[in-house]
Amino acid sequence: MSTTQHSGEPLVHAVNVTKSFHGNQVLKGIDMDVHPGEVVCLLGPSGSGKTTFLRCINQLESIDGGRIWVDGDLMGYADRGGTLHHLTDKQIAAQRREIGMVFQRFNLFPHKTALENIMEAPIQVKGEKKAAVRERALALLEQVGLKDKPSAYPAQLSGGQQQRVAIARALAMEPKLMLFDEPTSALDPELVGEVLKVMRQLAKDGMTMIVVTHEMSFAREVADRVVFMDGGVVVEQGPPNEVISNPQHARTKSFLSRMRQEEQEHVEHLLEAAQRKEPDLLADVEGGQTAAGPRD
Amino acid sequence: MTPQAEDRPGLINARPVRHPGRWVAVVVIAVLVAMMISSFVTNDKWNWSYTFQIMVQKPVIQGVYVGTILGTVIAMAVGIVLGIILAIMRMSNNFVLRGVSFAYTAFFRSIPRYVLLSLFAVGIGYLYNTFQIGVPFTSIHFFTLDYQAYSSTVWIGGLALGLSEAAYMAEIARAGILSVDKGQAEAAQAIGMSPGKTMRRIVLPQAMRVIVPPTGNETIAMVKDTSLFIAAQITLELYYQATLFGSRTFQVMSGLMAATLWYLILCSVLMVGQSYLEKYFGRGFGAPSAKAQQKLQQVAADH
Repeated sequence: MSTTQHSGEPLVHAVNVTKSFHGNQVLKGIDMDVHPGEVVCLLGPSGSGKTTFLRCINQLESIDGGRIWVDGDLMGYADRGGTLHHLTDKQIAAQRREIGMVFQRFNLFPHKTALENIMEAPIQVKGEKKAAVRERALALLEQVGLKDKPSAYPAQLSGGQQQRVAIARALAMEPKLMLFDEPTSALDPELVGEVLKVMRQLAKDGMTMIVVTHEMSFAREVADRVVFMDGGVVVEQGPPNEVISNPQHARTKSFLSRMRQEEQEHVEHLLEAAQRKEPDLLADVEGGQTAAGPRD
Repeated sequence: MTPQAEDRPGLINARPVRHPGRWVAVVVIAVLVAMMISSFVTNDKWNWSYTFQIMVQKPVIQGVYVGTILGTVIAMAVGIVLGIILAIMRMSNNFVLRGVSFAYTAFFRSIPRYVLLSLFAVGIGYLYNTFQIGVPFTSIHFFTLDYQAYSSTVWIGGLALGLSEAAYMAEIARAGILSVDKGQAEAAQAIGMSPGKTMRRIVLPQAMRVIVPPTGNETIAMVKDTSLFIAAQITLELYYQATLFGSRTFQVMSGLMAATLWYLILCSVLMVGQSYLEKYFGRGFGAPSAKAQQKLQQVAADH
């Protein structure tokens, strides 16, 4: 269904993925290809299975049926002459090294500083030299706009800052694919912009990204393709302008109009807050976008 | 109308609430403490000078080092290591491991420590003179231990108390591990950590914050439980040695007080150490969650 033409192998190749929780089927046969450098936004109401699908890609959830390949590797199983064998925990851990993940609730390690959070995986998982990793970690902190916070513990950082550290932590493994699970949903409205800004830059630099989000303006602006899911199936997908501006299915239409309404309220709320206490913030709210600049 | 600067309320300089009840309590306590001190000083039967003499006798000091301190260290080392292993087994997907952990805890929680020490002293030496590890039903042995050489030593006593302690430590460690947010293990897995490394580097260090305070209490309790060592005929131990001096010279009270003062000193030092440990493992955190605290109170109440 994808309208964009791609040559070569897809980075993520998912076929007929199904998944149930306690008899409740959450994914009912998802097909999805994501090509290198592509940014795909998964949209849909809560309970539509988009987060579950994202977690299936890096095996945080095991799947019941179908297959998922990432960079040519079958995830979670070894195919030996047509028979599937479960991989060991260690082998699954190795498959995840190539895939970065950013969580809704950040999940930074609270007993480690920002810098230690970023350095943990390259040292412990890849066995890299501490000095080299440290340099790269500092560069990553600068990239996400937190170069003055290396020794801060997560509890000393705002939600937006924590999420940016979490992005840097995932990037430290130099992944081929980044998964974002509602990265801004747990943030105060005025902190959303600083995280989206980092993600926008990441997309510009050519990172392959799958983003579960409710940020319509981000999807419209950054995504190469949006995929609308509902009830465990892909209802509609295509370039953001087509799907968001001219949805074909009734379910997509009703969801988008609801989101538009929320977004409107959200912008009004931001403007109101800005007028109330910080007139400077007004300058950052450009053209109805919810993006506020980084505020440290 | 906007109020003028001088109309606007300034700094608060209010009178404090009076607490006459507190003053009464302070006076009552002061009188009681004075009475106590006066009895210590005026009643010759306390015989403090002899008490202090007993405290610094060589066998008593040795009893402190070997029986009480080394015994506590051995028992807690066995208890903590085995307890964490039991806790991880208890949360395993393998039902055999879960069952073994459950049965172990149930068994050792039911046996009084005094009885357990007696069993170790008498029973095992009677049943097995030597302890061997080898292939069952053959005469191939990899490892042989002469039990008699170790009976009545602090090693056997520490082991017995440690086995008992592991049952309690398992519950404490489990409460600690469960108190760590599931998202932490997921985040560690997502960056490619193996389950073992996730446990060692991410989950356990955070669980320690919840595990340390009750473990401190357990350690302090263990210092006191080493006074049960005589049940296993272990005599190089503080309580036995101190009271021995007392009864030999018919100054029973001095012997008991010498032991009491030593236990007070040891436990006070441990309490200071515990507060430092709590600070170290609490870095980056506030207080443990209400749910974790509740679980730990249950564990303490079971004791």
